[in-house]
Amino acid sequence: MRSIAKSTVGMMLGAVVPWLAATAPGFSSSPDGQAFEQIQKGHYLANAADCFACHTQREGGKPFAGGRPIETPFGNITSPNITPDNETGIGAWTDNQFVRAVREGRGRDGSRLYPAMPYTSYTKMSRDDVLAIRAYLKTIQPVHRAVQSNTLPFPFNIRAVMRVWDALYFTPGEFKPDPKKSAVWNRGAFLVEGPGHCSACHTPKSFLGGDDTDAWLGGGKLQGWFAPDITGGMRQGLGSWTVSDIATYLKTGHNGITAATGPMAEEVLDSTSKLNDSDRMAMATYLRSLPSHSDQSAPKPAEQPVMVAGQAIYRDECSACHGLEGKGTPQLFPALAHSSIARADDPSTAIRLVLRGVRSVATKDEPTAPGMPSFGWQLNDAQVAAVLTYIGNTWNNAAAPVTADQVKQARKLLSLRNE
Amino acid sequence: MSRKLPKKDVVIIGLGWTGSIIANELTDESLDVIAIERGPWRDTPTDFPVNYMQDELRYHIRHELFLRPDQTTFTFRNKMSQTALPIRTWGAFMPPNGVGGGGVHWNAETWRFLPSDFVLKTHLTERYGAAFLPDDMTIQDWGVTYNDLEPHYDQFEYLCGTSGTAGNLNGQIQPGGNPFEGPRSRPYPNPAQKQGFGHTLYGKAAQELGYKPFPQPSGNMSQAYTNPLGLRMGQCTYCGFCEWFGCGNYSKASPQTTILPVLIRKPNFSVRDNAEVTRINLDRSGKRATGVTFVDTSGEEWEQPADLVILAAFSIFNVQLLMLSKIGQPYDPIANTGVIGRNFTHQTMSSVDGFFDKSKFNFNPFIASGAIGMVIDEFNGDNFDHSPLGFVGGGYLAYGQTNGRPITTTPTPPDTPKWGAQWKQAVRDNYLSTISGADVHGSMYSYRDVYLDLDPIYKDRFGRPLMRMTIDFHDNELKAAAYLTDKLDGIVKAMGANQTHKKPRKGPYDITTYQTTHLNGGAVMGADPKTSAINRYLQSWDVPNLFVMGASAFPQNAGYNPTGTVAALAFWSAAAIREQYLKNPGPLVHA
Repeated sequence: MRSIAKSTVGMMLGAVVPWLAATAPGFSSSPDGQAFEQIQKGHYLANAADCFACHTQREGGKPFAGGRPIETPFGNITSPNITPDNETGIGAWTDNQFVRAVREGRGRDGSRLYPAMPYTSYTKMSRDDVLAIRAYLKTIQPVHRAVQSNTLPFPFNIRAVMRVWDALYFTPGEFKPDPKKSAVWNRGAFLVEGPGHCSACHTPKSFLGGDDTDAWLGGGKLQGWFAPDITGGMRQGLGSWTVSDIATYLKTGHNGITAATGPMAEEVLDSTSKLNDSDRMAMATYLRSLPSHSDQSAPKPAEQPVMVAGQAIYRDECSACHGLEGKGTPQLFPALAHSSIARADDPSTAIRLVLRGVRSVATKDEPTAPGMPSFGWQLNDAQVAAVLTYIGNTWNNAAAPVTADQVKQARKLLSLRNE
Repeated sequence: MSRKLPKKDVVIIGLGWTGSIIANELTDESLDVIAIERGPWRDTPTDFPVNYMQDELRYHIRHELFLRPDQTTFTFRNKMSQTALPIRTWGAFMPPNGVGGGGVHWNAETWRFLPSDFVLKTHLTERYGAAFLPDDMTIQDWGVTYNDLEPHYDQFEYLCGTSGTAGNLNGQIQPGGNPFEGPRSRPYPNPAQKQGFGHTLYGKAAQELGYKPFPQPSGNMSQAYTNPLGLRMGQCTYCGFCEWFGCGNYSKASPQTTILPVLIRKPNFSVRDNAEVTRINLDRSGKRATGVTFVDTSGEEWEQPADLVILAAFSIFNVQLLMLSKIGQPYDPIANTGVIGRNFTHQTMSSVDGFFDKSKFNFNPFIASGAIGMVIDEFNGDNFDHSPLGFVGGGYLAYGQTNGRPITTTPTPPDTPKWGAQWKQAVRDNYLSTISGADVHGSMYSYRDVYLDLDPIYKDRFGRPLMRMTIDFHDNELKAAAYLTDKLDGIVKAMGANQTHKKPRKGPYDITTYQTTHLNGGAVMGADPKTSAINRYLQSWDVPNLFVMGASAFPQNAGYNPTGTVAALAFWSAAAIREQYLKNPGPLVHA
């Protein structure tokens, strides 16, 4: 619990904090525990921004005390302690320092942060939004825990290299509503582009790890997964999902089509399941409206012998749960006939699910957390490729054929991952 | 010296059906609950995956999911005059081990006992006179009635998504259901499973003979189901790997599919697996349990203190732990005193195989499910007049195609050689056209010389005496088996079998051949502490902060599978703890 001996100045200032903060740079305003609306708003936005996920160590870590390794293509970064501990957390940071870190990607001393901290998205939040998060973070239990954050290898450990990166990939600036769109759409756009930082995973990256904005939310690869296309595209995106399908998925981790697994399971658990229904509907409305970037015409169909083999394997191994027609069982067994994972041109996630098996997320509304067993010990590379090619090109699906070589590469990569 | 762990409100011994039920109920009371389980953690995708679970050799023949006799076993004898020997390979029953317990590997037949079963002694004495019962038969009333348990049967069926057809809704007999069942307050949560060709034929034949066949109540899902805890189950795929196996399809009711995902996410619940409780600890008065002692796989001994102890192991282990913890007076069959070990029972299973013309009948035996099938209940309990028959008790007569597995389900006519070319040809000729294992699920009533005690010779790895089973069939059960098997044979013949093979249960009791895993009694419930170990709420008469779950509470067995009743009793006991005991801890019944 926070010490009772909070500054009396802060207690007196409560309501005028935003004004003070905006006009007195460097002054560490200390909103008191009575700033209910601000703290509530900050808590909600911290959930929307999923601060918890990165800033809390898995398995028994204290909330927001940092220490979780964040995997990037350039090496691991360890998340810092953002509890209000004065020495090891952000207790002694000024509001300006905090706002600059979240919205501009600068450390307390002004050095550049790595975009594992998604300031490229958070910049869409207003100063007031970020100060609300700050107000909330001040109310949580301070944890004394020093974390060495920059654990990248040379040369990436030199923060100055980020100057170039920011120039290339970072557009600072608050979210500006599109007056031509509805309020719901704009709210969804704000949440997705801003705190939700969906693009961090779902937008493909350049070789330097910056967003490929031409393929905005068109699907991206990370940490051994492929985060699927979440635009409104029919072939690969969420075009065949209803707004309510998407909102239900964000709330419960499950819907009639698919289940959240891997990093998305965490995201649902820590973030979207904690938002309110209207915000989830808004996010869904916005996502469904996004144009697809991928070729909507079906790729060249797979060769017949592969499809025949794939069908035989599917019937033997998959159909008991996913059904002969690929319809599954709502909220329990995903409907592969409509799955964006099955349809993705990048089969990383599909291959991973088959090789490794996976556990879906458990939420308050959907506590079952059904899992799929591993088939990696049983099916060889060609067999995995055949069954995924069959699934990706049956019913209404039209995905690029999966090759045995892709499976072989995935197997090799996965053997190095222990999560 | 054992190391002492921080005290909990409740410690539960065993995390099978009853442990899971009671844990879920008591954590809802905000109590801090820990379960200690002898076996490993088990879950659907990791331990019963669809891509290797259907392995008859591994799970059925080699007993993968069961307790290893090396860890602990029992000694067995038929008669008090014999010297018992240790069981080194499981045969007549399969002791479960691990999270989920017997709920993992059951077939999921989900029955309610008859109203008269709970007042058996009174009922039979009133109808036939006390002299009608054999002298050494020790049956008694349960101290609880069907009406007491009805809401809790209902709770369990809705938890499990039981598939069935109601036969008696609030006193109104329903077409297509069991007309003999006690009144139920609402229909089953799911319709009965679709029946295969053989079952349909059995139902038709039974109907033509004047019986009232109905589908067996089944914990295999007839359709997708969401239970009251919000847990989802899938439709059964009729793969025919239920009993001896875990279900990989989320289709069979088990603690894993119906309770555990919710329970394990509660912050006030924790579990220790691979930890064997070696005794329940008592304070100096001997009237209060202070917790339990358990041993982990490193041989370290730990003490887990708790205010309330729930003994929820498999029936016979409950009795063993009571004896080793010196709780309650051990039963002495000679003096006829004491209660712990008294009224031990099993089941009296008989069966009939029917061989049909293969050009006309194809039963596709591999399209199967653990609890599917058609049943008649005319010869169960006291649903029929026993006066001219000279025995009491009965059983249901069922045909359920539970499996067509290649190693053990290869029925051949009785005169076939056991091996070689002729055997192979007979398997080929009969595999598809045989009704194998139409069965009589017979009751076994209790007797003075059928009991459990501590073996005077054999010890376990801790140097403690093994539990000794003394069990044999009595004439009453064998007469019933012969009579009921004839009735079943009549139905199989009426189905059109060319040849039938009657296999009525015969004595002596054989420990090597599987019957069922329904071991009952030994710590029975009742109204009188002289003849029962626990009161009507499953509370120990001797140690009021100890409750004993499970079939060890059955004063005698009925002609049904026990799980429905075991679970109903657990819910009934949980309600008594929640509504009465927690408000005023102490004896709930004053004898």
